[in-house]
Amino acid sequence: MDVALYDIHKTFGRVHANVGITLSVPAGTIQGILGENGAGKSTLMKVLSGFIRADRGEIRLDGRPVVIHSPSDAIRHGIGMLHQDPLDFPPMRVIDNFILGRKGGLLPGRAAAKRDFRALADQFGFSLDPDAYVDTLTVGERQQLEILRLLWLGARVLIFDEPTTGISAAQKEKLFAALRLLAEQGRTVLFVSHKLEDVEGLCHKIAVLRQGYLVGDVRPPYKTAQLVEMMFGKSVAMGERQPAKPGPVALRLESLSVEDDRLKVRDVSLTVHKGEVIGLAGMEGSGQGLFMRAICGLVRPTGGRVWVGDQDLTGRSYLAHKRHGVAFLPASRLEEGLVPGLNLTEHFVLAEERRSFFVDWNAGRSLARQRILDFNIRGAPETPVESLSGGNQQRALLALLRVPLDLLLLEHPTRGLDIESTIYIWSKLKERCAQGMAVLFISSDLEEILQYSDRVLVFFSGRVTPPLEAADLTTDRLGELIGGKGWPEKGGQG
Amino acid sequence: MTNEQLLLGLASVLAAAAPVLFAVIGETISERAGVINLSMNGTILLTAMGSFAVALRTNSLWLGFLTGMAIGALVALIVAFSSITLKQSQVAVGFVLALLCRDLAYFLGNPYMNIPGPRLLAVPIPGLAQLPYVGTLFFNHTVITYLSFVMIFLAWAWIFKTRPGLMLQGIGERPAAAFVRGANVNRMRYLYTVIGGAIIGLAGPAYSLSVKAGWAGTISGLDGIGWIALSITIFGGWNPLRAAFGSYLFAFLQWLGLVLQARLPNIPSQVLQVAPFPLMILTLLLVNIGDAEWVARTLALLPTGLRRLAVRFLRALRASPPAALGVPFESE
Repeated sequence: MDVALYDIHKTFGRVHANVGITLSVPAGTIQGILGENGAGKSTLMKVLSGFIRADRGEIRLDGRPVVIHSPSDAIRHGIGMLHQDPLDFPPMRVIDNFILGRKGGLLPGRAAAKRDFRALADQFGFSLDPDAYVDTLTVGERQQLEILRLLWLGARVLIFDEPTTGISAAQKEKLFAALRLLAEQGRTVLFVSHKLEDVEGLCHKIAVLRQGYLVGDVRPPYKTAQLVEMMFGKSVAMGERQPAKPGPVALRLESLSVEDDRLKVRDVSLTVHKGEVIGLAGMEGSGQGLFMRAICGLVRPTGGRVWVGDQDLTGRSYLAHKRHGVAFLPASRLEEGLVPGLNLTEHFVLAEERRSFFVDWNAGRSLARQRILDFNIRGAPETPVESLSGGNQQRALLALLRVPLDLLLLEHPTRGLDIESTIYIWSKLKERCAQGMAVLFISSDLEEILQYSDRVLVFFSGRVTPPLEAADLTTDRLGELIGGKGWPEKGGQG
Repeated sequence: MTNEQLLLGLASVLAAAAPVLFAVIGETISERAGVINLSMNGTILLTAMGSFAVALRTNSLWLGFLTGMAIGALVALIVAFSSITLKQSQVAVGFVLALLCRDLAYFLGNPYMNIPGPRLLAVPIPGLAQLPYVGTLFFNHTVITYLSFVMIFLAWAWIFKTRPGLMLQGIGERPAAAFVRGANVNRMRYLYTVIGGAIIGLAGPAYSLSVKAGWAGTISGLDGIGWIALSITIFGGWNPLRAAFGSYLFAFLQWLGLVLQARLPNIPSQVLQVAPFPLMILTLLLVNIGDAEWVARTLALLPTGLRRLAVRFLRALRASPPAALGVPFESE
């Protein structure tokens, strides 16, 4: 189906999220929508998928003007949207998620639905068990379920909002293959992303948004530098990779073992020097999160020892680790890292070591102002943290860390951030590494792992590779290891 | 105790559980849609008194039951209006309603205290009531007790086996996703809260017109049932079948208290009367203990076989509430 947007305007309060956007996407096209966070991509897609109404402008499908009142209205017009966090029902079964929302009689007709589900899944080479519970699926599999569901409902235009966030390399390949197939079938695909390599590799044309304006709709061959400049209005330099000079030992693990009811990570030995960056790669839930929590005392190891500097901290609490210069930044920034409802000043006051009974708010505010400047946070001392963008929340978390720090553990430090924020965060981290801080970080972004780590541990369902030199690795090799291929016979020693 | 006495005793347990059952099933339906109706304890008292009064005045048991449903639906409508439309705290509104309805029941019920009134009679089901054991146990009850049996399966089948029931689960779990799938979330929440309220409204008359006919004010033995029903809703994991099991367990414990009282005269009667309540709480704790971190850690020390068994057992018991329970929904 041909999709055309004419002169779409949308304002939220004083923010002009979309300014006169005109874009036409013929049937069978994979259209990239590129832009940094807050550029207006989501607003535009929400207008098209019926979540919000545009203040002005027109949507035409196959040349006919339509008015879309709601998301379910959009699907009646053949427009379906996949959200970054798939809008499904985690405690329910796959088949029930599939059926839910389709009109029909009193009984759900599971048997017939299962037949349709299997037929559709085979078409795309998805292997999903219709009886599995959705909360046991990965994000990638939940996306597959949503794709099948929307197609079953008759979607001819599919909108993907940042679909490559949080899925494995193998799943990304599968997703891209599915998107290409959708386009071949004459369906229209809108692919929203801030990841250049994703849009460049996939899309037939790329529309770039900046501050609410459509600044261009380009066709291949793409020039990365040109796209970056369109996105940011200026060119951004990527950081250069610098090998770390091995310093004294910051962290030593002696055959560390840790387990929960699903996974066992066994006998990992590792020595991390000051200033070194270790990347932990692997599909989500392969044991790297557990491993990291065992290092900082949030989960009790079942065996082995953890030495931080020359202190044996095995089995000690997170607080003890913190006193010895260890800090952990979890992936869920608002749930585990920040306190929603408190503003930046209150966070900095809370994080201060000195605990007097009364709070010196003036000192707190000036501290907050200083840190906001230092860390380039877009916000005021009075801004509540939940209203900051993802990138600014991450900067605030970094700003909250105590100085000096010997070991920093990060979980998905740049997930959901745009390139500029990513580069900024890493430049700050590298700055501190140069001062002797060691970093362990988890990421599902292979490029990030290779770009910033000195050495890499790959996790696959609880198995761990020995530390690998990042300089010797390629994305392909790393992708294989993450998918469980090409492992050494005897894994887990390092 | 003879066999016959035991059978009659167990049959009385099934009958005595009916009020709790209606309350639990009504609450389950309401909470499945995402609305906590905390007013239950007051609603039950008010419906018990109101139904009895209406049945006495009109000499019609059916009008009595209808009154109960109407009162229950009305109280639920207040909860729904304040939480869905006014977006106020469901807990605060429900709690105040629980207190208000309770006092209203005691105040308005004064003229009807200890007056003999109409009462539902047992209707043996022909053919089935004569069966050995089963007949006495299941087929010699009042209509309202039969209805309580049917209600368990009706509610269960609706929630898990029908298309609208799937959507009901969805609305309480993730209203945004239900909205995208075409549900009018707030209208459905209104509907299910009011239907749930009407079912809760059957709990009062099931007591005052069937289990223990009449109105005895504060000594009716009904006060507190609503709170227990709330906890059984949780124990039941928002599943009518499990909730029914909890209701029968509670009624059984109460009956056991009565039986033991006669045999163990040394134990103060108050202890046995109150015992079912802490026992219920204890059961609740056990059911949800699998979530605690220290339990996971303790389990990790067990030998593998035993640990797997324990983990599977605890997981089967565990029930997570509808994720959007008590959370108002706004489409963008």
